[in-house]
Amino acid sequence: MAEFRLPANSRVRKEGRQFKAPAGAKNVRVFKIYRFDPDSAENPRLDSYEVDMDACGPMVLDALIKIKNEIDSTLSFRRSCREGICGSCAMNIDGKNGLACVSACADVRHEIKIYPLPHLPVIKDLIPDLTNFYAQYASIKPWLQTRTPPPPDGERLQSKEDQEKVDRPSACILCACCSTSCPSYWWNSDRYLGPAALLAAYRWIVDSRDEAAGERLDELEDPFRLYRCHTIMNCTEACPKDLNPAKAIGEIKQMLAHRRH
Amino acid sequence: MSEYKMIDHTYDVVVVGAGGAGLRATFGLAEAGLSTACLTKVFPTRSHTVAAQGGISAALGNMGADDWRWHMYDTVKGSDWLGDQDAIEFMCKEAPAAVIELEHYGVPFSRTEDGRIYQRPFGGMTTHFGKGIAQRTCAAADRTGHAMLHTLYQQSLKHEANFFIEYFALDLIMENGECRGVIALDMSDGTVHRFRSHLVIVATGGYGRAWFSCTSAHTCTGDGGGMALRAGLPLQDMEFVQFHPTGIYGAGCLITEGSRGEGGYMTNSAGERFMERYAPKAKDLASRDVVSRAMTVEIREGRGVGPLKDHIDLHLEHLGPAVIKERLPGIAETARIFAGVDVNKEPIPVLPTVHYNMGGIPCNVQGEAITRVNGSDKVVAGLMAVGEAACVSVHGANRLGSNSLLDLVVFGREAARHCARVVKPGAVHRTLKADAGDEAIARLDRLRQAKGSLRTADIRLELQRVMQSDAAVFRTGESLNDGKRRLARVFASFADVRVADRSLVWNTDLIETLELDNLLGQAVATMHSAEIREESRGAQAREDFPNRDDQNWMKHTLCWVDARGSTRFDYRPVHLNTLTNDVEPIPPKARTY
Repeated sequence: MAEFRLPANSRVRKEGRQFKAPAGAKNVRVFKIYRFDPDSAENPRLDSYEVDMDACGPMVLDALIKIKNEIDSTLSFRRSCREGICGSCAMNIDGKNGLACVSACADVRHEIKIYPLPHLPVIKDLIPDLTNFYAQYASIKPWLQTRTPPPPDGERLQSKEDQEKVDRPSACILCACCSTSCPSYWWNSDRYLGPAALLAAYRWIVDSRDEAAGERLDELEDPFRLYRCHTIMNCTEACPKDLNPAKAIGEIKQMLAHRRH
Repeated sequence: MSEYKMIDHTYDVVVVGAGGAGLRATFGLAEAGLSTACLTKVFPTRSHTVAAQGGISAALGNMGADDWRWHMYDTVKGSDWLGDQDAIEFMCKEAPAAVIELEHYGVPFSRTEDGRIYQRPFGGMTTHFGKGIAQRTCAAADRTGHAMLHTLYQQSLKHEANFFIEYFALDLIMENGECRGVIALDMSDGTVHRFRSHLVIVATGGYGRAWFSCTSAHTCTGDGGGMALRAGLPLQDMEFVQFHPTGIYGAGCLITEGSRGEGGYMTNSAGERFMERYAPKAKDLASRDVVSRAMTVEIREGRGVGPLKDHIDLHLEHLGPAVIKERLPGIAETARIFAGVDVNKEPIPVLPTVHYNMGGIPCNVQGEAITRVNGSDKVVAGLMAVGEAACVSVHGANRLGSNSLLDLVVFGREAARHCARVVKPGAVHRTLKADAGDEAIARLDRLRQAKGSLRTADIRLELQRVMQSDAAVFRTGESLNDGKRRLARVFASFADVRVADRSLVWNTDLIETLELDNLLGQAVATMHSAEIREESRGAQAREDFPNRDDQNWMKHTLCWVDARGSTRFDYRPVHLNTLTNDVEPIPPKARTY
């Protein structure tokens, strides 16, 4: 039975700290940020930061960095490339999963609420534990599997049409926005692989150079690993790279159906 | 000190860093049966290799005749004759096999009509020793770094490599000048881990974050370089910093050279394709230092674009939507997000932006770290370096685009091979001294408890502003001496740093402070090395010494930086000899494009 109330120690206290903008700031926006201190016994809270947007870059990550640099250096979050390719800064912004570095503050109305990715254990502030997510990715054996030896002194040939099949699926940055936007993954993340791992499985199934499609499909054919997908479609909606995990999952299901006949 | 729980580990080899070079070394070691640990402060696929766009160069000859000797010539010339020709020969000769190996691992390269790996033109890459334009850069759309890094991580999973993820390397464990291992902080719980190994391979990347504007990730803080300096080792050729011609004006995000490879070009406020004047043959595909200087001169002379006349326009509109969609989809998106530009209709505003560090830990072709003692090279026992953190030197005074991704896999693989040659799996380890790593823990604790008056972020910003203004595209003795003075003040101010977070769990305040410590030493090495080199070569452009001076300066700079920020120097000869008789050395000549 799905629980719709957070466990007692996870419930967010609404009375967090308040930080006002410096005097004279004209273009002020309020950021309400989830804070969790693992060293204290306290429940998570929402801290409220007023930021002078005239002295801040346009992206949510710019604001987070400004808050960390100028107001509260204990605020912790993952970030690296700041250009939407590494996947470090995935978080829940204004109720939607996305990358902070390419999410414009201007696209959010009113207060900007920032939470960690949903339904993952929180280590500290906006930093979730992605161990299970990474393990699921590894479990689908995301590497080229062949029996035929490769050509001795050249690349394996692949037509442009075949390359196109893997082009978008291989562009996944493992940010976890999709899987953690999926209610089915929330309820069964221990057994349902989730859209990211399934998209990765699909990437290898359709790569013309891979020769383990049969085995890969065998592994997926399971009521939990694959079939907890109920075509909710939050995954495709959430993907910051405009990929389509829902479609890939649909095609996996079709492949499984076709090979039964 | 007992607050820090210490856990000991023993491995045959420890790799620090899980970018392209670190991963290639790691699974190469695992494949060779050596017990290997890879420490990384970020999850492997977050390493900045993932952001590389344009491609990896190799003379495969898929788009027309090509020869690794032409690639070698281009690289030597690109390096402005500071690159070591034996190492360059090795890299260019190995390149085709290295790229084919990547394809065999499953990298989703873009393809030609006949199913081969697609190769695009790139800066400085020519055929017939400069006569024609080469299509040598193998690409996966404009996300080749992403495609490669993910594939290398997948191979690491296949080979069951041991990763210690979100572990921050603090210091090398040195004993009588020999590296015995490395000590690291587990970021998730504050425990300290002492790794003992026969060899440590540093693969920690560059230090672009010492500048205010850079294409580098926030994590590019050169932690390996910082560790080497603290271990009393020198860094080589630190004055040579590459400014990539096309970082997005303002945001600094990278727009690949591949955009010019596919036919894009730049204009000034007069609408002139000015590169025709500076590099009549190669034009916009001249070597990066040449292009960055040209752009800077155009802006200086009042021909910049925009209301402040302070940047340049990069045009891709004429390429057509089909080419952009197939070959440059990533940067089309980046330009839209960060410059608000539709590349099919408008130019991208760009500016030369810090992008790569040619300098690093000096090492040989096998990856063994080198120091200098009594006027001779000496291998640092137990220490190796690969990738941007190293200085082999294959890039000399300036790196050609698409040679870095190549550097990573060629030397990453070679480092693994070297370890396999010299380490017997399971060979007995000598005991570590009981106090090994104590200094590192003392530094860690001192910073964690730091109660000064200056925020880390403020000291860092000051550092970045000094480097941005005084270690720029053009330098003068005056600006460099100014820079040295200003840097000395910033360096000293670090003693007054304040860390507000005292936690042992995911203390990003502490981590950023440790990273700043690493940046400071390397910034000093860069500024001082630039000041002492009285010539212009490659990426070092001295307005007071505008010519290349082979007589006095065809040598590698070695710089030591001590704990007070004082420097001392030595030099190493450039290897003008080749590795084998397969190719003749390329004698120095004037470098024009």
